[in-house]
Formats: sequence, structure tokens, C-alpha cells
Amino acid sequence: MSQSAVEVPPKGGFSFDLCKRNDMLIQKGLKAPSFLKTGTTIVGLIFKDGVILGADTRATEGPIVADKNCEKIHYMAPNIYCCGAGTAADTEAVTDMVSSQLRLHRYQTGRDSRVITALTLLKKHLFSYQGQVSAALVLGGVDITGPHLHTIYPHGSTDTLPFATMGSGSLAAMSVFEAKYKEGLTREEGVKLVAEAICSGIFNDLGSGSNVDICVITKEGKEYLRNYMEPNPRTYVSSKGYSFTKKTEVLLTKITPLMERVQITEVGEDMEE
Amino acid sequence: MTFTIPIENGNGVKNAEADSQRTLYPYVTGTSVVAIKYKDGILMASDMGGSYGSTLRYKNIERMKAIGKHSLLGASGEISDFQEIMRYLDELILNDNMWDDGNSLGPKEVHNYLTRVMYNRRNKFNPLWNTLVLGGVKNGHKYLGMVSMIGVSFEDNHVATGFGNHLARPILRDEWREDLSFEDGVKLLEKCMRVLLYRDRSAINKLQIANITEECVTVSEPYSLKTFWGFSAFTNPS
Repeated sequence: MSQSAVEVPPKGGFSFDLCKRNDMLIQKGLKAPSFLKTGTTIVGLIFKDGVILGADTRATEGPIVADKNCEKIHYMAPNIYCCGAGTAADTEAVTDMVSSQLRLHRYQTGRDSRVITALTLLKKHLFSYQGQVSAALVLGGVDITGPHLHTIYPHGSTDTLPFATMGSGSLAAMSVFEAKYKEGLTREEGVKLVAEAICSGIFNDLGSGSNVDICVITKEGKEYLRNYMEPNPRTYVSSKGYSFTKKTEVLLTKITPLMERVQITEVGEDMEE
Repeated sequence: MTFTIPIENGNGVKNAEADSQRTLYPYVTGTSVVAIKYKDGILMASDMGGSYGSTLRYKNIERMKAIGKHSLLGASGEISDFQEIMRYLDELILNDNMWDDGNSLGPKEVHNYLTRVMYNRRNKFNPLWNTLVLGGVKNGHKYLGMVSMIGVSFEDNHVATGFGNHLARPILRDEWREDLSFEDGVKLLEKCMRVLLYRDRSAINKLQIANITEECVTVSEPYSLKTFWGFSAFTNPS
């Protein structure tokens, strides 16, 4: 095959070249680096006047809790928020990227962003990476067409639902929703139900824990209730603070410069600057 | 899921026939069982489906059976292994009756027997592929316990197997109380079974509820739950 003088344009889609090399390395015994997963409970529901999103605040790295109070409800637009489960870096990066794209789009069109725009941008990106971007999202917001709630899976499929849960605690939270959700909930009932679902995830799933974050979005605006509930407070704090044990006593302080006691011979070159 | 322990026969070679005598995978399986203690005894619920892989093959399988006078056994997992366990227990109860000493095996004893059986089978790499729920009342004491296929056994106020652990247990942890009446207990179990019906793919809408009290054991007639699909988002998913 002759060396072709014609430049072959790059093909679109995901390039699987490195997957073979990764497989070969794993077979040779290389341990793939573990990533920070958010082993999570995230939920969303539609109530009378808008959307309520909820999330727990524990980020895990394997069996260890890496962050006790992280933020899983990400800003997309003034009227759209997105909860993320899966690999923390992936959810952060993908939501930041789409948030910037939405802003540019707002400048260009001069209109408020629509939830379905964010949905399409996210699903296109995730699909093109064939599930390698491990981000499972619950996207909710209120735009000119009304309140919307969607779930987006890492491979790029989406659902439009009245109530949704994602993450490792999704079954525990979904059992609460399936048992108690009705249409036309008021704001108080909705927030209470979301908090209950997240608590169910926090207490029944090992990958979720710490506090409950809630975000209420209506056509008037949004209300981000960070740490709305803290059902796992540090209950015992010693009033005395930390008392140090008695150190060994100082008997004598005498300083002897060593330069007088030793002979210095210069050997070797100076270090380079 | 294949266990690759070499089985010695005369030739010292792994024997395919010996392999076929160990349980390697489950074939016909039942899904979750949920059970709670209530004021007068134990309430247990399970559906009547037996799945053959992803097909719903059998829709009339009773997965809850009374054991002796004082116990109720519910099983999920391989149905043939459940039938085998019933044979073991029938023999156990028969021998117990033959003593004719006025004493009868209570739920705690049956639970212990089952734990030993399950654990010993697991040690021989030939498990009975079931998760069992054992409940009963004897001399006023209510007992509710569970044994898994590897022999893990414990006792609690509410238990569930399979998917029920993920979907029903959170509800029970929140809403179970010591002094549930029969009606409240049934409502609570129906709530759990409804969520399982919505979210477990191998569940069917035909369930039985079994009740055991000091006086008697009853397994109800099969019935189905009402489900709600009328959300506006379902009618017009845009």
C-alpha cells in the first residue's frame, strides 16, 4: 500500500484505538486508576408550580467517603438545574460544558434557555462517547413551555417523567416515590416528599449519606436550599476541645553552633542554579 | 457463576456427570417475598410467578407453605430447590410427630434446621438456590427470620428477599411499628408489593398474603393489586 498523498479527513464518532491498548495493559497486570464516584441518591419531581430536585451530599472513592458535603445539584441556567450521579469529574465537566453552551445560546437568541435544549446538548454529547462518560443526570427546570423533568443515562438515552430517581440509592428513593407520589402536590408536600426520598437513600444505601440538598424551581425563580436537612450531625463534640498531654519538661536550653565543632571539607561541584 | 473445583472419580479427572449433579445456575425462579411481624403474629406476602429466565412461565406457584402447626415458610429463588426443602421439612415434621410427646417444632427450631441445611450444602459447593423466610408464633412468641443460599441467617421485625431488600425494606424501616393491626399490616405489605410490581420485572400482579397467629395458619386466595398509570406525563411524553 503506497503512502497516500491525500489527507484522509478525521472520521467522526468515538475513536476506539486506545481501548485495545487499555485491555492489553490490564492483562499485563496494570491496575486501572479508580475514579471518584458519587455513589448517590438524586431525585426530581414535578409539583403544581414547577420542579423540585434533591440530592444527597456524599462522594465516595471505593469504600472511603472522599467528600462528606459535596454539591451534586449543578447550575445549568437561571431556570434549569441538573443533579449528577456517577463519576464526579464527568458530571461536573459535562454540566459545566453544557451550561456554557446554553449561555452562549442565550446571548445569541436573546431568550431564556429551554430545558429541552439542555437535554439535547447533553444527550448528544453522552451518546457520542458511547457510555464512556459515566454521568447519569436528572435534569429539571421551568421554561416558557412549563415545568420539565428528564433523566439522562450515560449511554445517552433520556426519559421524560413526573418523578425520577438515579444513582445507587435510586431504588430506595423510588420506593418512596412510587408509594407516595400524586399529581398536583403543593410546594410543602413536594419538598417533604423529596426530603423523605433522599433520606430513604441516605439511610438504606451505603453509597449515599450525609445531608440533603434541595432545589425548587418555579416560573418566578429558583430557590437553592443547600443542606436543607442534616440528619447525620456530629453529635458528640467535646466541650473542652483537645487537651494535649503533659509534655516532657524542658530542663536546659543551650545552643551550640556546630560550625565551631566540625571541620568542613569542600568536595564535589556546586549545584547548578 | 461456574464453580471450577475438579471432582475426582477413578480417573482423577473432572467429571461432567458429577458437575451436572450440582446446582450451577437457577432455572425456574420466584421473585421477592416480604414479611412483617404484627400485633397477633406474622404476615407474609409473595406473588405467584415462576420465571424461566426472562419468560414468565408459571403463574400459579404457591411460594408460601405452612410447616407443622407453628411455622410458615416463604421462598424465593429456584422453585425445584424449594420443593426439595419442603420434602426435607415434611420428613422433619413427620419424625417430630412420631415422637408423640406433646411437643412440636417451633419456628426457631425450623429456622435453625434450615440454616444448617443451607450452610452445609453451600460448603459442598452444591447450594440450594433459595432465600427463605421463616415466620411463626409459638407460646405467644413471634419469630421472623431469614436464611440465604449461602447460609447467612438472621432474625428481624421485617424481612424481604431479592428485590424486596432494595425496594420494600426502606418503606418497612420507615413505617413498621410494633403494634400493627391486621388491616394496617396488610395495607403496609400491599404498599410494598405494589412498588415491587411497578419496578421488578419478574413480578406479576397476582399475589397471596399468608397470616400466621397462635391459633392458625392461613394462606389467602390469590388476588391482584390496583395500579395507577394516569400521570399526565405518561399520556403525552414530549
